[in-house]
Amino acid sequence: MATTNGHTVKAFDEDLGQLRGLVAEMGGRAEAAISGAMQALVRRDLDAAAMIVEEDRKIDTIETEIERQALRLIALRAPMADDLREILAALKISGVVERMGDYAKNIAKRVPVLEGAKAIEPLSILPAMSRAVSDMVKASLDAYAARDPQAAILVCESDKAVDDFYNSLFRALLTHMMENPHTITAATHLLFIAKNLERIGDHATNIAEMVYFAATGHQMAERPRGLDSLARAI
Amino acid sequence: MTTDTLNDLAAHQQVAPVETLKMTARGVNVFYGAKQAINNVSIDVTQENVTAFIGPSGCGKSTFLRTLNRMNDTVSSARVEGEITLDGENIYAASMDVVQLRARVGMVFQKPNPFPKSIYENVAYGPRIHGLASAKNDMDRIVEQSLRRAGLWDEVKDRLTDSGTALSGGQQQRLCIARAIAVDPEVILMDEPCSALDPIATAKIEELIHELRGRYAIVIVTHNMQQAARVSQRTAFFHLGTLVEYGDTSDIFTNPRETRTKDYITGRYG
Repeated sequence: MATTNGHTVKAFDEDLGQLRGLVAEMGGRAEAAISGAMQALVRRDLDAAAMIVEEDRKIDTIETEIERQALRLIALRAPMADDLREILAALKISGVVERMGDYAKNIAKRVPVLEGAKAIEPLSILPAMSRAVSDMVKASLDAYAARDPQAAILVCESDKAVDDFYNSLFRALLTHMMENPHTITAATHLLFIAKNLERIGDHATNIAEMVYFAATGHQMAERPRGLDSLARAI
Repeated sequence: MTTDTLNDLAAHQQVAPVETLKMTARGVNVFYGAKQAINNVSIDVTQENVTAFIGPSGCGKSTFLRTLNRMNDTVSSARVEGEITLDGENIYAASMDVVQLRARVGMVFQKPNPFPKSIYENVAYGPRIHGLASAKNDMDRIVEQSLRRAGLWDEVKDRLTDSGTALSGGQQQRLCIARAIAVDPEVILMDEPCSALDPIATAKIEELIHELRGRYAIVIVTHNMQQAARVSQRTAFFHLGTLVEYGDTSDIFTNPRETRTKDYITGRYG
């Protein structure tokens, strides 16, 4: 639905703009944390990993600020219709992005544990999976910035590729562990990392669903999940 | 939150599952002289729901409200076309008794306008001229019941002989609602009933509207969109004399279909 004008009370537009800015900043930081954590893992860079763990606090701080501003907007501006949906979306998206930050932090925390482990082959698949996930996160935040419901649908559709990555990693790591029990510690950590990435992908679809709802006022139809039964059970 | 509270909330906000058509308007036009104030409005008012009319000043919402009990008859230049029915009966038919109609479709105005008489007489006046009570006992009962339903009884029961104009603004407005109720109407029209009241008096009127819902079909015109959102189950948005959108209040305020409605309720109008 086209918006013909800004609000008569221009300060309302400024408040909403500020809220959107915070969501964008928070999303950008989470995006950087995800790709940074993967780089730290691949390069075995403990300093970079420690930095990502530390930076997560900033993401949490922005989430609190978004909550504070959303509460203030609801109380003082009595938003309606798409304004109300937008504020609700900002609140929910900030919660989702905070979780993404936690997953990135969790990946970074595993870097020191994996430092001494011998490189095992699936480690080479993880960066590709991480790129697919980062692309999803970026696309979901772009859809938010552009209030674009079509772009949001594309994000949800791309989750299938991430799920496929996870399924193949799951099988590969399981095979490694069965063939060589010495790799179990490292492979389990890598499995958790893969799972974290897969969850980040799911959260990107949550963002896309909120973008779709904020823009259209309707819930995006339930989509089929890509995980196979074995991996899903775990 | 308990299940009961949730159910109460749901009952307060949701459109009644069973709906009885109380009034209908079909293709209504209203002219003041050569100027057209209402253009081809069709709408249904149900017994069970509170219907709110919203829209900017001059959009015709009050004019349209006044067609529902032929209040526009008192304006000499006003002319109404189209059909408006009450229980299926055309209220603009020549056979319609306008005095009876206004007893069946009562009205509460923006500014409280009690008669300069006692509180008791303010409520008793209508039933007396309509011959609804023969004995003093009957009249006492009607006055008490009306004041109770209007949520005013406990505040005035010891001073029924005081002048109605001595009450506070909010009490005066509830007295006017009691006066409208006293003749046992079927529909109550409210034309910005809270715009002259403070927030506490407003909350009391809104609670009263909630209490009266179902017993009477209620139509309320309000400038205050929050009020429409709070008290009504159906909302109609008027703009430039046309009915732009009419639907469930929760839909109108969360996801309106029309851009004009959205721009108005989100404060982007004009």
